[in-house]
Amino acid sequence: MTQTDFAAILPEIVLSAFAMIALLFAVYTGKDKTAPMLVWVTAALFAALAGVIGFGGTGAQAAFGGMFIDDAFARFAKVTILLSAAAVLVISQDYLLRRDLLRFEYPILITLAVVGMMIMVSAGDLMTLYMGLELQSLALYVIAAFRRDSPRSTEAGLKYFVLGALSSGLLLYGASLTYGFAGTTLFSGILSTIAAGEMPLGLLFGLVFMIAGLAFKVSAAPFHMWTPDVYEGSPTPVTAFFATAPKVAAMALLARLVQDAFGTIPGDWGQVLAALAVFSMFLGAIAAIGQRDIKRLMAYSSIAHMGYALVGLAAGTAGGIKAMLIYMAIYVTMNIGTFAFILSMEKDGRPITTIDSLNMYSRRDPLKALAMLVLLFSLAGVPPMVGFFAKFYVLQAAVDAGMVWLALAGAVASVIGAFYYLRIVFYMYFGKEGDAIDTAMVPAQWLMLMGVAAIMLLGIINLFGIEPLAAFAADSLVGP
Amino acid sequence: MNDNLLSIIIFIPAVAAVILALFLRGEDAAAQRNAKWLALLATSVTFLVSLFVLLGFDPANTGFQFVEQRPWILGLQYKMGVDGISVLFVMLTTFLMPITIAACWGVETRVKDYMIAFLMLETLMLGVFCALDLVLFYLFFEAGLIPMFLIIGIWGGKDRVYAAFKFFLYTFLGSVLMLVAMIAMYYDAGTTDIAKLLVHDFASETIGIAGFQIVGGLQTLLFLAFFASFAVKMPMWPVHTWLPDAHVQAPTAGSVVLAAILLKMGGYGFLRFSLPMFPVGADLLTPLVLWMSAIAIVYTSLVALAQQDMKKLIAYSSVAHMGYVTMGIFAANQQGVDGAIFQMISHGFISGALFLCVGVIYDRMHTRDIDAYGGLVVRMPTYALVFMFFTMANVGLPGTSGFVGEFLTLMGIFQVNTWVAVVATSGVILSAAYALWLYRRVVFGDLIKGALKSIGDLSGRERAIFAPLIAMTLLLGIYPSLVTDIIGPSVGALVADYHAALPVRDAAQVAME
Repeated sequence: MTQTDFAAILPEIVLSAFAMIALLFAVYTGKDKTAPMLVWVTAALFAALAGVIGFGGTGAQAAFGGMFIDDAFARFAKVTILLSAAAVLVISQDYLLRRDLLRFEYPILITLAVVGMMIMVSAGDLMTLYMGLELQSLALYVIAAFRRDSPRSTEAGLKYFVLGALSSGLLLYGASLTYGFAGTTLFSGILSTIAAGEMPLGLLFGLVFMIAGLAFKVSAAPFHMWTPDVYEGSPTPVTAFFATAPKVAAMALLARLVQDAFGTIPGDWGQVLAALAVFSMFLGAIAAIGQRDIKRLMAYSSIAHMGYALVGLAAGTAGGIKAMLIYMAIYVTMNIGTFAFILSMEKDGRPITTIDSLNMYSRRDPLKALAMLVLLFSLAGVPPMVGFFAKFYVLQAAVDAGMVWLALAGAVASVIGAFYYLRIVFYMYFGKEGDAIDTAMVPAQWLMLMGVAAIMLLGIINLFGIEPLAAFAADSLVGP
Repeated sequence: MNDNLLSIIIFIPAVAAVILALFLRGEDAAAQRNAKWLALLATSVTFLVSLFVLLGFDPANTGFQFVEQRPWILGLQYKMGVDGISVLFVMLTTFLMPITIAACWGVETRVKDYMIAFLMLETLMLGVFCALDLVLFYLFFEAGLIPMFLIIGIWGGKDRVYAAFKFFLYTFLGSVLMLVAMIAMYYDAGTTDIAKLLVHDFASETIGIAGFQIVGGLQTLLFLAFFASFAVKMPMWPVHTWLPDAHVQAPTAGSVVLAAILLKMGGYGFLRFSLPMFPVGADLLTPLVLWMSAIAIVYTSLVALAQQDMKKLIAYSSVAHMGYVTMGIFAANQQGVDGAIFQMISHGFISGALFLCVGVIYDRMHTRDIDAYGGLVVRMPTYALVFMFFTMANVGLPGTSGFVGEFLTLMGIFQVNTWVAVVATSGVILSAAYALWLYRRVVFGDLIKGALKSIGDLSGRERAIFAPLIAMTLLLGIYPSLVTDIIGPSVGALVADYHAALPVRDAAQVAME
């Protein structure tokens, strides 16, 4: 262990230390009274770290003997994770405060989850991978059940825990198989074992089990079962968090695993990922049609979106990774805007999440309805919104990699998917007059909703320069 | 100014829409009036500025003119330009939009939003006709769905929601297939610049996919994908079923835009992409397209005969008229393509006017049921005259623009496929039958319906709306060279390139003709 090793994981160390100190501080001072302040401080720290990582880091280095990798790919994913986590904290603060849910543990648990995610995206070894993943998952299990007095929230937490444990088991099983047949847990070691000679069948099994375990984390069909229940049962801010940062982390980890450890046999995992992608896109699109609850709908929507991101991964090229990174960045942005709105939906002071409560919403609040319209069309992938470009990039990557059928499937699924987003627009603009719902927003939520809507429209100019960054990040993972 | 004249035209309506959205507050009468006047002003200014394009356009030059080019994301470009094929569609759009805005003067619900939707729609439609980058084209093409979806869904009739969804999903499915094809084109040619793609040879060797031998290879596949999109947009039989629903439920102004401009995007797409870029694929499938057109002409004309709803009748008549357009385009000779473009321009005026005619009496009686009318000539002589004029133009009476388009396309097709020409010509008779019968039932007969006893004739505003349409229909009917001189050279180049790209067999055939 040298100084450079520690320099590489400095952001993670800072965050972990912050979590401990905050815990002690809160316990010995005012407990929950310090929570609002803590939320802001955590969000500010996330944003600051994102800045440091984004602007500070250069080049690629492997720390701790290759177990921890700090390259442009990891930095891109980390910045996305940190910024989205910060945004979720900012929009959820008011919701939690008013429902008396704002415990001081909330920002601390989120911080720990984020540390786990940052370790995940930097993993260069199966051990690091598992460590990061479990740190993240354990923190997430707890916040899923954050609303202790609500049976639904505890149910969500329990479901998530049981199924999550199962997936961790699958992953561990795969990892142990891989270790057994490759003789090493280092990604680079596995890669050279495969490159050196015949691919043992055990390695293939290991790969498939690990992909299955990670598919659970990104909620790709057919490993998606937990998603709708957990999304619906958890408190909305927690749902917003689930839908954003962890997805980026798990997707980036999957990319890192298949590229760094199994990069020489893209044909083998490409098919598995392509199958997952097709399942997810279609299941997400079709199952969402019958949903009446907007949180459940967003769960299926995120399943479908993960399918598209997987299309980029399945392509197995630098272009595909770039497309996946851009897709995830755009996806989390859209989701933050949408959840900022969902968080503000309430009736008689109680949160409400049914879609038909939005009846004729456009008449009551035209500006917010318009912003939601933009977001929904963007989620559906209709140009000129930025969501279209996200889909465009992944479909392009698939065609470039010769997987035209996959691109076609994605295209068809996007039409089916458009239907349920349109239905929300339908309620907001063409529905019947119903009982008024109240969507009073605190400035943070309002800014986030309007900001994201503006991003969706203005991004058409140059996607805010995200493309060269993503290309650079992808090249650092795959090699140009 | 020539460098970005097209951008100016395209974005004037968008700027006006943004101004409306941000600065106009309130729903009172004054705000409504301001919204309407601002929209009218913006569309009129757009039209006036677009005249510079027409004046500065050099018909002899078959390349793109007024080209504006800037780099954009992903190696794409923001590239705009017009040639002989697209310039008149730009003019048609800018000409019709002020009329459309004037036609929705009577709207009272959510006027501001209505105006914004139409202004955005104009920007997007103009963008489609000017875009010289594949993805940019797709962007405008698709985005146009959103305002139209809202126009039908918010201000439409009783079943507006069904119609809006049907409209959106039908066209969305078609265009997503086109998107995949576009990506494949980019992969094959390495560029999305339309000007470069026009001269790129896409592979046409037979390829086998999953045991099927695909003659024409990539070209056939690309052609089919684009065809899926444009055929729905056009719309061609048998994927036309969304159109009658959309028309019936759309408000009058929405119908006008839909029939007069949006449908033309399909024809424009065939001319811009399908024919010049995939000549081998197009040639292989030409018989299919021709027979689909012929069936469309006869079948939808017969369906039109049976309609009880005026708008539905005109909608089916539109499908039939679009059949002439596809037929002319795929005849792939000078007369055919000239005729197809002419027919599209002329149909823009005539069908727009017919929907306005329906709108006039719908505003007064709130029904489109043909049986609810009869004997209107007694109370509304001017209206009867206007309606008569456009009915005749729709039928294709010589002297109106409707005649020129039908005649040219039939002449074009006759040289290529006599049987199709014979079947299609019977459509001329059928169109006379349904149009005149509609006219008889609505305008002639005794005025026996009590509700009609107090109906009033055209107002000054309505007359002002119809006047330019009548003028254009007559002008183009009497002096068609106005159009053919502009489109002729570009069409000539298109047709020559098309035949040059085909295998030798076809070149010999053409020489014989």
